[in-house]
Amino acid sequence: MAGQSRDAAIVGIHEFASRDVEGALSPLQIKAESAAAALADAGLRWGDVDALYDAGDGGGMSGLTISEYFGLKPNIIDTTNVGGSSYELHAAHAKQAIAAGKARVALLTYGSTAHSNARAIGVGGRGGGVHPADNMDSFAGMTLVANYAMVAHRHMHEYGTTSEQLAEISVATRLHAMRNPEAVKAMEDLEFLDIRETTIDDVVNSRMIADPLHLLECCMISDGGGAVVIAAPEVARDCRNKPVWILGCGEATKYSEIGGDITTSAAAQSAPVAFAEAGVTPAELDIAMIYDSFSITVLTILEDVGFCSKGEGGAWVAGGRLRFDRPDDGPALNTDGGGLSSNHPGMRGIFLLIEATRQLRGESCSQVAGAKLAIAHGNGGMLGSRHCAGSVILGGD
Amino acid sequence: MTDPQRPLPKTHELDTKAFWAATKNEELTYQQCDDCDTVIFYPRRHCTNCLGNSLTVHTASGRGTIYTYSVVRQSYHPFFRPRVPYAVAWIDLDEGPRLLSEIVDVEDPGSLEIGQRVKVSWEAHDELAVPLFTPE
Repeated sequence: MAGQSRDAAIVGIHEFASRDVEGALSPLQIKAESAAAALADAGLRWGDVDALYDAGDGGGMSGLTISEYFGLKPNIIDTTNVGGSSYELHAAHAKQAIAAGKARVALLTYGSTAHSNARAIGVGGRGGGVHPADNMDSFAGMTLVANYAMVAHRHMHEYGTTSEQLAEISVATRLHAMRNPEAVKAMEDLEFLDIRETTIDDVVNSRMIADPLHLLECCMISDGGGAVVIAAPEVARDCRNKPVWILGCGEATKYSEIGGDITTSAAAQSAPVAFAEAGVTPAELDIAMIYDSFSITVLTILEDVGFCSKGEGGAWVAGGRLRFDRPDDGPALNTDGGGLSSNHPGMRGIFLLIEATRQLRGESCSQVAGAKLAIAHGNGGMLGSRHCAGSVILGGD
Repeated sequence: MTDPQRPLPKTHELDTKAFWAATKNEELTYQQCDDCDTVIFYPRRHCTNCLGNSLTVHTASGRGTIYTYSVVRQSYHPFFRPRVPYAVAWIDLDEGPRLLSEIVDVEDPGSLEIGQRVKVSWEAHDELAVPLFTPE
């Protein structure tokens, strides 16, 4: 892998354990606790941080207010908010800032109490926003689930994809969740019924939420948060854990257009950029951490990232290929249990970076032996109308 | 207590106010660039292809095809909750624009088909009408 840039590495991670804080903690408190734990994981201190990334979910001027809350005086402040893909863009921007010599230690944090707030993320009607795009859509009664379901329906129509094939994604993810004590606890705390490994039949026989997506193809709505620390090579050398290098990044947007193809996501634009920078190909990857808001999100992105051709995703995922214990068949999917079965507080992009790092350190509950390369691919916004993609290729030391 | 109402667009939003004003006369409008013929939708003040800003407003026939749809079976929105199951769809108008709407007046929304022909069915409100669609 000659020419690969090893100019920034993930050196500290933390996933906030509780998925139900019962209203006793604020998102800011979750961010601060996660940040401290991630810095401790790296062997660094608050004062080492000189670049701060925040998705602005805490309200206006978050770059200012979160600096004060943490007690930091960063040289780089970035409040890019593109929904669940924000953290992949933050990682990309942190790598750029560090490579340019403008920063040495970057801190990314996330905190949400979506479950405690009883936010109807998935099936609530959309409010009548004043953005012109929203102003054209709000009357139609589209729920968030229906937005993704329309992608699935078109995918089925064009390529013959089946519910059974989409269910493979839920089944593999649940298998991994059952091996992750935090995910099992999450499902208990959120009062999942019948917490166990699932079958294809379980998924396709679960209640239809928005045709053709069933309940077990939809992510949970949890509390949660986490933090990631990214550092320059000279800092990473002295950290407590082996560095996980950010090898390549890409970002892109996609939106409804006249004659547009709803079955292709922004990943088709962002992933090639990331692979080119990393100097690797999809076939070389051991781990695929793909934003699993819904089964169809994963299927679409697996195709767009290049694991298989457009339209072939259904056949490609069939037969349990995505399990962690089938390394010869390609990458393992969402080995933490994903948003479907472990943790989805609204914008889960940070967990993709965290679990990919665990895998490349050899610390996952569903460890792929000798895992060396991973992709963390975030998808923010709404897959079926307008969304943002962030692809991050990570490599072990 | 008044019944829950359909969420309606804001008539003061500057890019889309002309579109919604035209709906009062049951006109479904779209823009086309005078310089490069690009069709623009949703409404904007600029051409998204060339650097022009001379756009002509056309009225669409109101006919189109279902590009994709979903049957909503669970909603917590006070207006839509009692309407389940109902169909939301991306509709390709014959003139090009793709718009999101609800398909109404169908006994079994699950029996709709991608590619099916639909036509606009206006739902009147005080200041505007919303373009719902129904099978042709």
